[in-house]
Amino acid sequence: MDFLNAFVALSNFVLIPAIAYGSQLALGALGVTLVYGILRFSNFAHGDTMAFGTMVAILATWGLQAAGVTLGPLPTALLAIPVGILGCAALVLATDRLVYRFYRAQKAVPVILVIVSMGVMFIYNGITRFIIGPDDQAFADGARFLINARQFREMTGLAEPLAIRSTQAITLVTALIVVAALFWFLNRTKTGKSMRAYSDNEDLALLSGIDPERVVRVTWIIVAGLATIAGVLYGLDKTYKPFTYFQLLLPIFAAAIVGGLGSPLGAIAGGFVIAFSEVGLTYAWKKVLTYLLPGPLEPDGLVQLLATDYKFAVSFMILVIVLLFRPTGLFRGKSV
Amino acid sequence: MTQSLRTVSVFGLVAVLILGTGVLQSWNSALLILNMGLVSAIMSLGVNLQWGFAGLFNVGVMGFVALGGLSVVLVSMPPVGEAWAAGGLRILAGLALGALSVACAVLAWTRAPRAWRGWAVAAILVAGFVLYRAVFAPGAAAVESVNAATSGYLGGLGLPVVLAWPVGGLLAAGAAWIIGKTALGLRSDYLAIATLGIAEIVIAILKNEDWLARGVKNVIGLPRPVPNEIDLQRDPGFVESAAGWGLDPTTASTLYVKAGYALLFAAVLIAVLVLAQLALRSPWGRMMRAIRDNETAARAMGKDVTRRHLQVFVLGSAICGIAGAMMTTLDGQLTPSTYQPLRYTFLIWVMVIVGGSGNNYGAVAGGFIIWFLWVQVEPMGQALMGLITAPMSDGWLKAHLLDSVQHMRLLTMGLILLLVLRFSPRGLIPER
Repeated sequence: MDFLNAFVALSNFVLIPAIAYGSQLALGALGVTLVYGILRFSNFAHGDTMAFGTMVAILATWGLQAAGVTLGPLPTALLAIPVGILGCAALVLATDRLVYRFYRAQKAVPVILVIVSMGVMFIYNGITRFIIGPDDQAFADGARFLINARQFREMTGLAEPLAIRSTQAITLVTALIVVAALFWFLNRTKTGKSMRAYSDNEDLALLSGIDPERVVRVTWIIVAGLATIAGVLYGLDKTYKPFTYFQLLLPIFAAAIVGGLGSPLGAIAGGFVIAFSEVGLTYAWKKVLTYLLPGPLEPDGLVQLLATDYKFAVSFMILVIVLLFRPTGLFRGKSV
Repeated sequence: MTQSLRTVSVFGLVAVLILGTGVLQSWNSALLILNMGLVSAIMSLGVNLQWGFAGLFNVGVMGFVALGGLSVVLVSMPPVGEAWAAGGLRILAGLALGALSVACAVLAWTRAPRAWRGWAVAAILVAGFVLYRAVFAPGAAAVESVNAATSGYLGGLGLPVVLAWPVGGLLAAGAAWIIGKTALGLRSDYLAIATLGIAEIVIAILKNEDWLARGVKNVIGLPRPVPNEIDLQRDPGFVESAAGWGLDPTTASTLYVKAGYALLFAAVLIAVLVLAQLALRSPWGRMMRAIRDNETAARAMGKDVTRRHLQVFVLGSAICGIAGAMMTTLDGQLTPSTYQPLRYTFLIWVMVIVGGSGNNYGAVAGGFIIWFLWVQVEPMGQALMGLITAPMSDGWLKAHLLDSVQHMRLLTMGLILLLVLRFSPRGLIPER
């Protein structure tokens, strides 16, 4: 019984939150890694792209809610995601046309593009704050829990409760669908194959008649989709605040680099590595250990390795370790 | 236009902007802009060293600036004896243990046989962390509970505040060395991401480690290198000479204090500028630029690119640390929550790029001009938005627009950066 209780506590506070957070990071990291693979620079504006797409989705959600449209137990925001993607895609395509294309034609070195993306980041940030303001916005509705603590206790008779929030379940399901669709697109469709070819070897791809501008456009649209979905899921699960999205940049980049920049599979793996380490290191293990260890060995303190305020330090530490020992990442992305 | 004429006219513009503020608004605001302009100019010299000389992309300027700010507290505040007695030694011992275990881990990694060195390092780190926590945590808790409302931290060394400036440089240099060691020699973007991370972590430490500098409770009333306004107003000699200038004592004392800061800061700026200029023209500077322009060729000539990059990265960060310490001295308080990446990282980058990367005079001029715009654009934007919304009927849209003006700075600065990068990438005073 104690073992089961320990496992339930572990699932409740570590496994389930980390899986949800990991899916959100993975979607974010996929966007970063795609831009890196096709356009060959680290896109610092990605966090704010997420914030912008989410903002459009939130505005649409409010519109739908005002019109009385809901999804019943599901959050209305899911209906608004396509609107968010459209808005976000329009923004990034316009940015590419006005800003990035010039440097691509010039064949500028990547670091210039990184600086440019930093400028873009601040413009996006300014637009988002100008429209929706810098504060927290609530837009989640529908059922709050898939299983709440009381139901679970009654169902199983265990002392430890387990609560699965509906947003966590939605995150996982949506992420699975999106990732499956993305991989199908990259591996099975002609456009997806041309994207991979372009990413592998630009010159060879050009010789075989692939239109680079088309590849870039498709990439941006996919990136906008991934960013908006990741942003909406994160906002539903936690909270929407533009500055939080800027701060997500670090774990997202850490995830992409851990997996290997440019490798989609790596981005997903990296997202989960970062999420599990972050949640695991900042969780107070006292409860789980009390169930598992015999009486005299039970811990006195909280057994929390790091205060939650330092969760960014975790992604940073992992990033440093990867840079020191395996700069190409777990899945041998293109690097160095 | 020749280079020197250009330089002179750009600096003439800077003088006109600051003097114009003095004549049109007040000399007090002119001196305020001048002082922060001087600090900004030093920061942008530091970034110029990294970007302009060596092509290194540092997105963590904020972290190095904040470390400089921390050094002011650590050096100049009087020590809190009670807190030291409560747990000062425990904290020091804990930190020493932490450092020792990292050192042991590094040693084990380099010396131990390949087969089991990974396990050895992991074991050392885990054991070290447990020990560190066991020693450190009670000490920190004890220190933080000493007069939590007024102190609750260890205090500093009680030394003159000007000493904090070089110490701030050293702190920043130490952090930069650690970052540089891991991220240099890899792709250029990796350094950017690593510095972005370290900046966030430095701010997180400042906000949460209350025993160090009171966290978000802020340290106020830092010692000053110049006299206090109140003391000056009480000094009959000063009041008399102020009357001789036709000024009332209050205005005279604020101007006097600000002018004192301006002189101190100008001295530091000139020293840093001269050194940077000497470095730029020395064989070392030529080598740095050669590495920047063609790394492969420089490597083929036998230059150790990674080492040189590390060197210049540490130097540039140290200058940012010095400037950060100066800024905190000017503010008279350390408030970790005011450190925003926009203000302390991005704005400095705009200064360097607008001024002219690779040219020290350009970086300095950019520092002054962009700081001037940063201060003056907001009231201008407010006035403009007021004008635009004037014909609108009162309603949520008008209120929203007026309320959102404060976010225009982000947009404006981003736009300036993109426009300069695109249409005038060499900046106001281009590199020779």
